[in-house]
Amino acid sequence: MTTPPPAETASLRRKLAVSNRRRQLTALALLAPALSLMLVAFVVPIGTLLSNAVHAPIFVDTVPELAAALRAWDGKSIPGESMHRLLVAEMGRAYKDKSLARASTRVNYERSGMRSLIMKTGRRAKRLEPPYREALRELHADWAELATWHALKASSSALTGRFLLQALDLKRDFDAGVQRVPEQQQVYLDRLRLTFWISIIVTLLCAAIGYPMAYLIATTRGSTSRILLILVLLPFWTSLLVRTAAWVVLLQQEGIINDTAIWLGLFDAPQQLIFNRLGVFVAMVHILLPFLVLPLYSVMKSIPRDHSRAAASLGARPLSAFLTVYFPQTIPGLGAGCLLVFILSIGFYITPALVGGSADQMISAIIAEFALGTANWGLASALALILLCCVAIVYPLFGRYAGARNLRLG
Amino acid sequence: MEFRSVEKTYDGHVNVVDNLNLEIERGEFLTLLGPSGSGKTTTLMMLAGFEAPTSGDILLSGRSLSSVPAYKRNMGLVFQNYALFPHMTVAENLAYPLRRRHTPKAKIAEELARAVSIVKLDGLEARYPAQLSGGQQQRVALARALIFEPDLVLMDEPLGALDKNLREQMQLEIKHLHAELAMTVVYVTHDQSEALTMSDRVAVFHEGLIQQIDTPQLIYEHPLNSFVANFIGENNTLPGTVESVGEKQCEVRLNCGALIQAKPVNIEGVGAQASVSVRPERVVVFKPDGIDADQNQFTNRLAAVVSEVIYFGDHVRLHVDADGRELTVRMPLDATLDVTAGKTVALAWAAEHCAALDPL
Repeated sequence: MTTPPPAETASLRRKLAVSNRRRQLTALALLAPALSLMLVAFVVPIGTLLSNAVHAPIFVDTVPELAAALRAWDGKSIPGESMHRLLVAEMGRAYKDKSLARASTRVNYERSGMRSLIMKTGRRAKRLEPPYREALRELHADWAELATWHALKASSSALTGRFLLQALDLKRDFDAGVQRVPEQQQVYLDRLRLTFWISIIVTLLCAAIGYPMAYLIATTRGSTSRILLILVLLPFWTSLLVRTAAWVVLLQQEGIINDTAIWLGLFDAPQQLIFNRLGVFVAMVHILLPFLVLPLYSVMKSIPRDHSRAAASLGARPLSAFLTVYFPQTIPGLGAGCLLVFILSIGFYITPALVGGSADQMISAIIAEFALGTANWGLASALALILLCCVAIVYPLFGRYAGARNLRLG
Repeated sequence: MEFRSVEKTYDGHVNVVDNLNLEIERGEFLTLLGPSGSGKTTTLMMLAGFEAPTSGDILLSGRSLSSVPAYKRNMGLVFQNYALFPHMTVAENLAYPLRRRHTPKAKIAEELARAVSIVKLDGLEARYPAQLSGGQQQRVALARALIFEPDLVLMDEPLGALDKNLREQMQLEIKHLHAELAMTVVYVTHDQSEALTMSDRVAVFHEGLIQQIDTPQLIYEHPLNSFVANFIGENNTLPGTVESVGEKQCEVRLNCGALIQAKPVNIEGVGAQASVSVRPERVVVFKPDGIDADQNQFTNRLAAVVSEVIYFGDHVRLHVDADGRELTVRMPLDATLDVTAGKTVALAWAAEHCAALDPL
């Protein structure tokens, strides 16, 4: 091989750079539609929604000067007349342009009763006369309480940790700092624990049922395997709602399963099979099974039959051959399937809502309740953010320990 | 090792293996050769214990193997696609059969080192199969099948996935290993040159039956029927009718009219159809006028027209047309005769180099 003169190599390098750049631009152009869809339909809305968990500027936006003054206040004693004057002036204005109601809802999360107090103050602001400190106390005795002012101060910054703390059954007291909420108010951590617990059980059940199933499909030949695969895929072709409703029909007190079991003499009386934990497990496992079977099947399909024969010829008994040669090779598929099932079940909403009892509602149902029912977007987003964080922790753990590196999803 | 009238059928109609009687001597290299679907792999799988004979029995040192499961047969098996365990390193793959036998750790390390040096894989113990080349993977598979000192090593087209050069190199290595370790090998292949170069004996399979079982030389030089003659090496087949049968010689009247002297190997008698088989390298080419003195030493002569001359480097190959029948002739490079396409030539060969076999 000969080395061309320097001038020639330089021009060659330039040509290579140009052609590389062109290739990169082409790749980018091809990706552009998908990327913009991702951005518009996924990253921006979800990011905005989740930002609600820590960003609640409504109070600050509505009464900016009062909020600034509250932020500067040290909170040790009831503030002076100037703060009271500012409060009356800004709340009166906000009441008039009808923005006070939403701002007062924000304060109400900090201390219940604040909404009606603020609305009352705004309504009467016009008629109040200085000194405002006394006028407000006359209007409502709560204005003489330090806790009332602390609630206002807590709402006075756009960024807040209160929703995240609340989602973890914590609260911040002005004096005592972050602490656990009283036991009878602790709800969210229990729900989160329940959600994880149900998801783990569902994942284990899916693995226990799905593994032999995938094995059968992957190792039988010809049309039997195809028919079994179609049976697994069949649930995908019907809507989730229909399948869940079907379980209601099957499992209810006068349903087919109860009737059959009584007819066979298994039960004396109809059993409660639905609207409890059992119903949740049955319906969720049924819905999620394909997500476990399919990745497992694709991995099992790629394991040559010769491996089992080789193991046998080398002196391994069938069980030992399975445990040392077959099973280790299916771990990536099993890990991917379990991960998929686990992540999907953590977010399950409709199924537990329809076939579970009130004690079986998972965290998604609570999120939906806050988002759609009471419009507490801050808490809904905080719970969703915590759920997302849990998934973000579980995912790499699975990746490392279940050897799912060959089958990364996304 | 012995097969006694073994039969195997999958569908109840056709026997994949039909009335198989076969003895395998200790220390021999036996090749089962045949086209795909001839029953050779099924035979091997029955030997390994993955298929059960429909009838008949397989014996090892006089003991029936029918109730011995595959994992107790103590036979090393090498697969065409190697069947190395991808989640284990080379060392773990090699130690696998020893672990299953609960060999002590020190002994495993010792055997491992020996096996690795025998198949020249030193330094690759910690690699995974996916990090090895095809030839290296093949060596690992080989070593894994040998390391536990099996009674019998079975190889199912082990070199099928390698390219030509590597395949020839591995053929020799396996042959040397066989000699060195004095192991008994049953080797399945559809590649006849592989069978000839490696084996002590070759069993030619066709349609579930062993057509011939002999040394490579006898298989090539004295095929017992037309299938063997045509399957092994290149062969010219000339159809005709038997005119007379002697003890060492017979006469066959070819369909083109010529009378050919041949060894009677597989013919039914006077008047029966037969095909005369002669190897391309046994045919000598002469000028057509018949004056050449050398020509008279050959009993058989046939006029033909050269249709193609192909230069092969180490020899020249002629495709000739003998009265509508295409024949192939291997001519040595130093042949003085000048041949070109379209010329008429005389073909000659000795009676001892051609056999009268069953008609095709």
